Amino acid sequence: MTRDFEVVGKPKKKLDGKAIVRGKPVYTPDYDVPNALTVKLLRSPHPNAMIKTIDFQSALTIQGVVCVLTHEDIDRVPYSRAGQGYPEPSPYDSYLLDNKVRYVGDPVAIVAATSEKIARQALKSIKVEYEVLDPILDMEKSMAEGAPRIHDEADCSGVFDSSRNIAAHFEMEIGETEKALDRCDFVVSKTYHVDTQLHAALEPHNAVTYLDPSGRLIVISSTQVPFHCRRILARILKKPMSEIRVIKPRIGGGFGGKQSIIVEPYAALVTLKTGQPARINYTREEVSMATNIRHEMKYDIRVGATKDGRIRAIWMKGLSNTGAYGEHCLTTFMVSGSKTLPLYNKVDAVRFEGDVVYTNLPPAGAYRGYGAPQGLFALDCAIDELALEMNIDPLKLKEMNSIREGETSPIFKIMGEGREGVPQIMNSCKLQECIDLGKKVIGWDKKRGKRLENGTRVRGVGCALAMQGSGIPKIDMGAATIKMNEDGSFNLLVGATDIGTGSDTILAQIAAEVLTVPLEKIIVYSSDTDITPFDVGAYASSTTYVSGNAVKMACEDVKTQILSLASSYLEREKGDLELVDGVVSCSDGLSITLEELATKHTYTFNQRQIAATASYVGEESPPPFMATFAEVEVDMDTGKIDLINLVSYADCGVALNPIQAMGQLEGASMQGIGWALYEDVIYAKNGRMLTNDFFTYKIPSRMDYGKLTCGLVESYEPTGPFGAKSIGEIGIDTPIPAIANAIFDATGIRLRQAPFKSEKMLFEILSLEV
Amino acid sequence: MKISLVINGKDHEIDIDPGQYLLEVLRDLGYKSVRRSCNSASCGSCTVLLNGAPVLSCSTFAVSVDGQSIETVEGLSEGDRLHPIQEAILEEGGAQCGYCIPGIVLTGEALIRENPEPSDEDIRLALNGNLCRCTGYEPQNRAIKKAAELLRSDRDD
Repeated sequence: MTRDFEVVGKPKKKLDGKAIVRGKPVYTPDYDVPNALTVKLLRSPHPNAMIKTIDFQSALTIQGVVCVLTHEDIDRVPYSRAGQGYPEPSPYDSYLLDNKVRYVGDPVAIVAATSEKIARQALKSIKVEYEVLDPILDMEKSMAEGAPRIHDEADCSGVFDSSRNIAAHFEMEIGETEKALDRCDFVVSKTYHVDTQLHAALEPHNAVTYLDPSGRLIVISSTQVPFHCRRILARILKKPMSEIRVIKPRIGGGFGGKQSIIVEPYAALVTLKTGQPARINYTREEVSMATNIRHEMKYDIRVGATKDGRIRAIWMKGLSNTGAYGEHCLTTFMVSGSKTLPLYNKVDAVRFEGDVVYTNLPPAGAYRGYGAPQGLFALDCAIDELALEMNIDPLKLKEMNSIREGETSPIFKIMGEGREGVPQIMNSCKLQECIDLGKKVIGWDKKRGKRLENGTRVRGVGCALAMQGSGIPKIDMGAATIKMNEDGSFNLLVGATDIGTGSDTILAQIAAEVLTVPLEKIIVYSSDTDITPFDVGAYASSTTYVSGNAVKMACEDVKTQILSLASSYLEREKGDLELVDGVVSCSDGLSITLEELATKHTYTFNQRQIAATASYVGEESPPPFMATFAEVEVDMDTGKIDLINLVSYADCGVALNPIQAMGQLEGASMQGIGWALYEDVIYAKNGRMLTNDFFTYKIPSRMDYGKLTCGLVESYEPTGPFGAKSIGEIGIDTPIPAIANAIFDATGIRLRQAPFKSEKMLFEILSLEV
Repeated sequence: MKISLVINGKDHEIDIDPGQYLLEVLRDLGYKSVRRSCNSASCGSCTVLLNGAPVLSCSTFAVSVDGQSIETVEGLSEGDRLHPIQEAILEEGGAQCGYCIPGIVLTGEALIRENPEPSDEDIRLALNGNLCRCTGYEPQNRAIKKAAELLRSDRDD
């Protein structure tokens, strides 16, 4: 194990940085494809209805309308939009177009026209007759006797119990939880509820499709999962996968919102039907209400401890709202337990169970954190409440009972994603160091329980601990190809999907480190299903760990090839050679640069292409860990909640690029702050999302927080590339519980339904006064 | 109808529909740095400088700026050399997906031209309308401050 790295661990600027700060045409909408038709979708105004007739004759008479497609024009293929490994652990309950609509915004017809204006006109001219059905707009009512059945079609599959609108169900128990709770001296039993959240990536979902000269379908798309996109398109369009190429250019943000296959099939279908290029650009309204949102979840939780301060039993019973379709339904629910419960690994018994139900609301899907933040809100706050009952510092209770290096939890084996997980021991865990740093920076001992007042305003502090994972072990594969060019530079081809995270740069750093060359010598090309090797894509905090290990292995292979060739060229034993700073040298002083060697092997000596491909599937999923502290100020006259400071320290192993790692932590924290305090999805009485723009759906801006203080605590993860673990998601797990705990510390009011908007706070304060 | 625009110092005579917004006109001319996101004047991604002041091109009628001067991010850097704000954004990690960056660079540039020594509060206030969903704002705020310092020391030299 060497810790003296040349390229990894350094704050390198993003390789794509120059292009993006200069506003170069790098995103999908910037790719001008001549004569591309504009594709628009007619959407349902009803949350639950059968389509009786669709009359689009007058649309066809409008000059410039090229085609209108309805469910009658296309093959009915059940599928899941979830961009997950195959077979997907999500139900096949979606149809490109169906004769039934299941939420306000569900597509009814596809229009293709020569301009946006004409396409809009055509949409207006289509007349649809619906048989309106009773909707389910409250997840608590989904399983009720006599509730309308949302998926009554005969051809859906993988639904847990469609007669009761249950998309997925999971339960597990270790030990005897009921009995363990009975033996506890202190038990809290509470209910926590987290509302949904919108991804709000700034680049709307969009794609452009065309046929290449040989008739293959080319799809340029803003996707996190190009290979899953190709596979799912092949299924829906009934085309061989070999006739489809998916290209991902730069992506204007994803956060899980582009981990489902949403826009691509509509444009592809138009291209296949008309032979013409087609472009689909979702409006902000469509992105908000007709892509994916986060799963709303509610947990009944019981946590028990004995007088000695040990947490003995945890029981979580959940209900999750998957909306109209079930992409990611089971896996997000499982992750809400599997990425939270192992934190408190010293229990005698633990039970986790619940249902994911359909409603006639927009479909939920993948979203950064993937269920973990919802589970953690219940778990962390319940422990906070337990500490109050026990009259001890909540941080102390969390510290005493949380997982440490060298320890494990049986949950790792029992709960994976959609199936069993893998057992693992924490090789790297600097949670205590994260706690110690955060505690000091926030001033925990000085501030907690003090309720410092300033006029009508009162301050409080709260804490939360979190963990996540690094990829989906034994399921998700990433591969990399590296080839040497004649000038000693290298092409690194990866299926891994940089959606703004900087993964292209980090993977290039890994390659440069192994090959001992400057970063500039690595030319990265990523995410093109024709050219790069397979990778599942950007999700599950996997890229640095899974794809990074693949890059490291491929580069080590190439390094071995280089040393072998140098050995025959220099006529020296391979064992006497070493590659340092791009030069192969022998202990006797003889040496050759990579550039010279590559030129020889290309043109004159033992000619061959030096290249290697490697694949990696994780054997484990080492968790990053984090401690977060929030300080809030609540105005007891108005209810206004101000976030004074949010402090998060995370252990992500060795940060291969500290600037980019910090960016993930800070950015996820801010999304968590938004979800905790400002972001609130509101529906009309018919289930139509009212908050479908940035005026009504308030994401945090620069004036909406006091301080954001993030830091990294280094550990060394032996299974990670150069000691790395993940950092992409964990930051979003803690703001909700940390802020809830801080609000309680300030006011004595315990908020158990997130988000915590100031007006809600005011009502709580007023109800106390009555 | 015909209008004329001076874009990054270059004269353009353009045929437009009377109802067209500046965003669409600029993108059609090839100024792709002007990004469409909310399309309703609420995110700042489409910011351009109109006679030196930041405006939202998604909600500015092209015809209303006939004969006036527009700056986009394409005009800010020469050759391979980045503008100090762009350079600082990369150094501080202020660009992740990068979709919001042209708007942020231009708004920051307008701020520094008017106020060469902006405080943290000045920066937050001036850029409050430029949403970013990736970074958590801190690195961008630091970058604007750093670029302002650099530009001041360049001027003092």
